[in-house]
Amino acid sequence: MPHINETFALYSERFMLLAAIAYAIAFIAFAWDLVQNSRTTKAVLEQSQQAATAASKKRVGAMSGAGSGSTPEDPYQETVLEGPEGRVQRPTFHAAVPAGGADGTAATADDSMRYGTTRRATARVAVALTLIAAIVHGAGVLTRGLAAGRVPWGNMYEFCTTGGFVVAAVFLIVLTRRDLRFLGTFVIGLVLVMMTAASVAFWTPAGHLPPALQSYWLIIHVSIAVMSSALFTLTFAMSVLQLVQSRRETALTGGAADKLPFMRLVPPALSLENMAYRINAIAFVGWTLTLMFGSIWAEAAWGRFWGWDTKEVWTFVIWVVYAGYLHARATRGWTGTRAAWLSIVGYLCVVFNFSIVNVYFAGLHSYAGIS
Amino acid sequence: MSETDPYNNTDSLKDAVTKRQNSTAGDALDNARPGSPGPETSGSATPGPETAAVVLPRLGFIGSLRWGWRQLTSMRTALFLLLLLAVGAVPGSLFPQRPASPEVVTKYLQDHPDTGPVLDWFKLFDVYSSPWFSAIYLLLFVSLIGCVIPRAIAHYKAMRSQPPRTPRRLSRLPEYGTLEIPPDRGISAGRAIQDAAATLKSRGYRVEVRDAQSVRPSVGAERGFSKEVGNLLFHTALIGVLVSVALGGLFGYSGQRVLVEGETFVNTLVGYDTFTPGSNFSASQLEPYSVQLDKFSVTFDRESKAHYGQPLDFKASLTTKSSPSSPAQQQDLKVNAPVSLGGTSIYLVGNGYAPVVTVKDGNGKVAFQGPVVSVPSDGAYTSLLVIKAPDAKPSQLGFVGFFLPTALINDKGVAVASDPDPFNPQLNLNAYYGNLGLDGGQPKNVFTLDTSKLTQLNGRDLAAGGIVLSPGASYTLPEGKGSISFDGLKRYVALDIHHNPAQLWTLIFGVTGLLGLVGSLFLNRRRVWIRTGNHPDGRTMVEYGLLARGEDHRLAPEAATIRGLLEKRWLAPAADRAEDSNGVQTLTASSASTQSSTQPAGTGSATVGKDQ
Ligand code: HEM
Repeated sequence: MPHINETFALYSERFMLLAAIAYAIAFIAFAWDLVQNSRTTKAVLEQSQQAATAASKKRVGAMSGAGSGSTPEDPYQETVLEGPEGRVQRPTFHAAVPAGGADGTAATADDSMRYGTTRRATARVAVALTLIAAIVHGAGVLTRGLAAGRVPWGNMYEFCTTGGFVVAAVFLIVLTRRDLRFLGTFVIGLVLVMMTAASVAFWTPAGHLPPALQSYWLIIHVSIAVMSSALFTLTFAMSVLQLVQSRRETALTGGAADKLPFMRLVPPALSLENMAYRINAIAFVGWTLTLMFGSIWAEAAWGRFWGWDTKEVWTFVIWVVYAGYLHARATRGWTGTRAAWLSIVGYLCVVFNFSIVNVYFAGLHSYAGIS
Repeated sequence: MSETDPYNNTDSLKDAVTKRQNSTAGDALDNARPGSPGPETSGSATPGPETAAVVLPRLGFIGSLRWGWRQLTSMRTALFLLLLLAVGAVPGSLFPQRPASPEVVTKYLQDHPDTGPVLDWFKLFDVYSSPWFSAIYLLLFVSLIGCVIPRAIAHYKAMRSQPPRTPRRLSRLPEYGTLEIPPDRGISAGRAIQDAAATLKSRGYRVEVRDAQSVRPSVGAERGFSKEVGNLLFHTALIGVLVSVALGGLFGYSGQRVLVEGETFVNTLVGYDTFTPGSNFSASQLEPYSVQLDKFSVTFDRESKAHYGQPLDFKASLTTKSSPSSPAQQQDLKVNAPVSLGGTSIYLVGNGYAPVVTVKDGNGKVAFQGPVVSVPSDGAYTSLLVIKAPDAKPSQLGFVGFFLPTALINDKGVAVASDPDPFNPQLNLNAYYGNLGLDGGQPKNVFTLDTSKLTQLNGRDLAAGGIVLSPGASYTLPEGKGSISFDGLKRYVALDIHHNPAQLWTLIFGVTGLLGLVGSLFLNRRRVWIRTGNHPDGRTMVEYGLLARGEDHRLAPEAATIRGLLEKRWLAPAADRAEDSNGVQTLTASSASTQSSTQPAGTGSATVGKDQ
């Protein structure tokens, strides 16, 4: 057994602290980006109140017309009209309306969630800060692992810090491909919560693993679980926004005023749903692997691959809920809002499994490392 | 417009805009196979459940059965049962479960005399074997079978039939585009369709050329049958997993045995402390191997301040014989590293101290001698133990107390354990005499002493005080009842022994299911149609449309790829010329749908010289 390297352990703590500070600033920047956009939009809207009223009249006309498409003022209208009723009608992705509406709003989210042409300086700063924070955070996770001479996920403190890092990293990786900056406040906020919980509630000095966790399955099983959970985190945020957006869209088509102008930064509900589905599909495969590797490990450790231990129960419940979600997406009348709710419930189960079950439920899996 | 579109497709723009609301595209896929029983088509192709419900009164008995079956195997029911399964599994994590921890359940029932029996009646302490939980998953699997079989048949037929007929208006498909081959290429409509078919074939499509000799030849193509195969494989594998788990329960067995250093376990029914056979178990299944625990070593963390005294390693050194006559073998048993013997696996699930004691009765005879298994209750191995000497004369003797590996007197004057290693071992006991309440034999794993018919001899609050023993010491009981001595210390291990013949099958089905799932989620089933025609001025006009089954975010890229391949085949070498003569005009569906919102109808036919 390698010795605990106290120097690295100390470095790790410092890195974690620095990362947390950087995340906090990034969080503020993401929030500021939303506020800023919200303000600009509001100002523009007030200026063109007249025009907007006219436009909404026109929109009503367009609706009764032969679906002649959306007016530039309202890029969402199209999606409001249809909704993904049956699976065959689920639209595939298309290059969409170029970002930036004709009403002069600074940035309107792109349907395909690809990066638009408009520059959002604050959001860029926020992403840059997140990147710096994640690099420092990664160094913290790495030095923690080096300090203990093993993978840095063996107790609640390490689940939280490493998990938070994976959430941030997954977010950044997805950002290279899609413009999900509208999720920034949420995702970075969650990372901050995890880091705070780690240092306040779960702090544990670097140490060796108990015999029960000394297995290469710890590396495989837990890492996949954490990565899937990070993906579920993204889809959870998308599903929540989808619900908000779809209410807003309905209100807008009804001719109501835009009460949540910052939601213009967020893609249409339908796009959110489709993107969440794609990510959930990947995460579901990850969770299936988590379940399977977990039971292989349970077989090696306790002699039975399934024993309805608390942790096993909740892993199973999560799996079934997301299976339900995938089914819902193929069931008439269950797509859209209801599927989004299932995605949300699934994530709440993930959170419950990670926090309450680990900390309060006795079971074979009592390895929270807090006593 | 008419210039770009050879097939009277003047309204293609409008189509492109409305296509997302329009089910025509979807119908082209599903109506092509009226027999396709996919649940998702039930609302359009076959009468949906709602329609059936309305006509129920006229259905008669068979009709109602069929209606019920269709309800059960509908996607909606599957979803409902899945969610019910998730909800049903939750109580098992909230209440203690008999199979895992029977003693906790007993205690719960004692502590909650009002609510306990009610919960018990609802099987909330046996959730996973309860009738209601079984009902949920059995219904789910009946639904699953009823869902998978017709789907499999339909898919088998689909895989053997030709791609569906070419829709009349390709422009209504989600992906649509046109190409023109300049006259100087000398590619006729017939030639072009053969080329297109070859191109599609090279991309893995199954193709069929139609009306090859006519003026409007077309090709229908389809790929991605493995998606549905994956889906069917996944769902079938779930049945496989369930069946293997059930078989494992029928033919397997498991048992526990506590083994003190020096003791030997022989794999026969009497060798087990507890034994749980499957319903089809027979004792002849047990192979009489033997396991002797030579030594059990524990390493505690002595380096870290924060984790001082936490266990780092448990190792049981065993001497095993696979049959009474086979040669002895040295094996190590560790946590996470079971030992396999005679078709079973042996797991290290617990350990503790077994102080060796000798109890002599009032007549000076040895009434009990040997190691006593103590139950550790914390990280410092504060261990509870009970000693029973039913053979003691004139009265039976019993002892209750605790063992401390490293005893330390705290500031209240109470002895507490301060370290898990035996640096200062100490036995603290209270003695009793009278009737131990053991009618007949003495079960080995009894960790409680019924003191109701006993008289206490020793205790902290009695005049005689409690018994405190360190190794080698002995104590004479008051009233001439006998004596007890602490002779030495051994460790013991708790072993779980399991045999599950269906385990490998569970794994095989699990992996199959996983592969099926991946195929089902990430493969795409697509159809492509291409139609060609000769324009009077000598150009060959080509139009194509793509349709996906279900979610397919890569349909547009696929359309672009196919387009690129066709362009390369027909146009590439003359790309420069094409630009000069403005001979190539393209209009893709995607550009149509996006431009429509900003451009007045009719300008969507603007030239997009993509290929230059
Ligand atoms: C044991 C319970 C079940 C589980 C855990 C389960 C799980 C899943 C999962 C994870 C998927 C998504 C993967 C895919 O798209 O192929 C799926 C799809 C599907 N399931 Fe199930 N399923 C179950 C029972 C059923 C039943 C009873 C039916 C039929 C009534 C059914 C019909 C389908 C269909 C049609 C799809 C394809 C949906 C699509 O193409 O998007 N499943 N199932």
